[in-house]
Amino acid sequence: MSKPVEINEEKFGETVLKAKTPVLVDFWAPWCGPCRMIAPLVEEFAKEYDGKVAFVKVNVDDSAETARQYGVMSIPTLILFKGGQPTSSIIGFTSETRSELKKNIDAAL
Amino acid sequence: MSEPLKKYDIIIIGGGPAGLSAGIYTARARLATLLIEKAAIGGQIINSETVENYPGFTEGVGGIDLTQAMHQQATKFGMETVYDEVTGIEAGGKQKTVTTSQGKFTAKAIIIAGGAERQKLGIPGEAEFTGRGVSYCATCDGAFFRDKVVAVIGGGNAAVTEALELTKFALKVVLIHRRNELRATAIMQERVKADPKITISWDTVPLEILGDKAVTQIKLQNVKTKKETMLDVSGVFVAVGSQPATGYLKDIIKLDNVGAIIAGDKLETSMPGIFAAGDIRSGSIRQVISAAGDGATAAVNAGKYISE
Repeated sequence: MSKPVEINEEKFGETVLKAKTPVLVDFWAPWCGPCRMIAPLVEEFAKEYDGKVAFVKVNVDDSAETARQYGVMSIPTLILFKGGQPTSSIIGFTSETRSELKKNIDAAL
Repeated sequence: MSEPLKKYDIIIIGGGPAGLSAGIYTARARLATLLIEKAAIGGQIINSETVENYPGFTEGVGGIDLTQAMHQQATKFGMETVYDEVTGIEAGGKQKTVTTSQGKFTAKAIIIAGGAERQKLGIPGEAEFTGRGVSYCATCDGAFFRDKVVAVIGGGNAAVTEALELTKFALKVVLIHRRNELRATAIMQERVKADPKITISWDTVPLEILGDKAVTQIKLQNVKTKKETMLDVSGVFVAVGSQPATGYLKDIIKLDNVGAIIAGDKLETSMPGIFAAGDIRSGSIRQVISAAGDGATAAVNAGKYISE
């Protein structure tokens, strides 16, 4: 599974909360420019951490309840889950996103 | 990581409309061209759903669509792209070196098109509530404020565009501006003033953003009467202008008092062989079309500099 998988609300528990590995959740929407731009970066990380970290995408339009539950009020938001709990989050796409994401993932491994 | 030194004719720093236009011109001039972008191709304009004033698009064009096409166009002619942040430039001699966090690249000329970054308010609560009600992108985050009251801070084109965008979702939009007139383009002012969802708080500045889990209030002050008021809001959208991204350049080339690069009519900076294009240049009108024009001008003059 080296590509981020799009999941919906029903699958969130199983795919993210009960996962054995850390899971990076990319909260996004099609109308959000920076979300479209951050996607290749997330795909790059998905390849690099293949087998160690799972990568999923949650469309906040389709999964508004999940987004609300985790306090997502700005996208893109990347939340890293470990053992069912959010351990770190990155809001927006800036020049620091790449290094922050690497740091967060490495810390969770 | 120490990568081998790679040599190019031209290095362009920044992948917004200025850098991409420069790349189209230098690549077509058969100059080996490298574009270095720190975050995403497109620059600030990717936050704009529709660009209405770029010539040739009667119905407007998406900010991403426009810049993606520019990138494909430059790439088609041979431009290479690296995603990394530039940390320094050495420009004394004929060969100029650009250092990024992952390696070094050399070129005969450099075009700096690093653009500008959204300015922050710098008031208490802003950093704390970023992503929890404080936003810098209405297109991205507007939908989270459906049927809520939101404030937009600023009075220029960015602020007015954000306010209009937010009326699609919000119950009410309060535009908070420190002056008694807007700086936005006339057609945008007309739209804002005609919109029943938008009210304007003139002569007003924000002092503090308050909340618990998310934003609940903003403290405002009238700059004339000094009277302070509280406004109940769920969101605060900040659009108070932008700051040129020139921190790493201040000891290398001449900047103006706000940190923008000073360049002459050939767009050459105080350092020979280094050119500036787009919003990062002092005097830029900060539009996609002027950025694109700057890119072409800088590219042609950088080409001449190399061949001289």
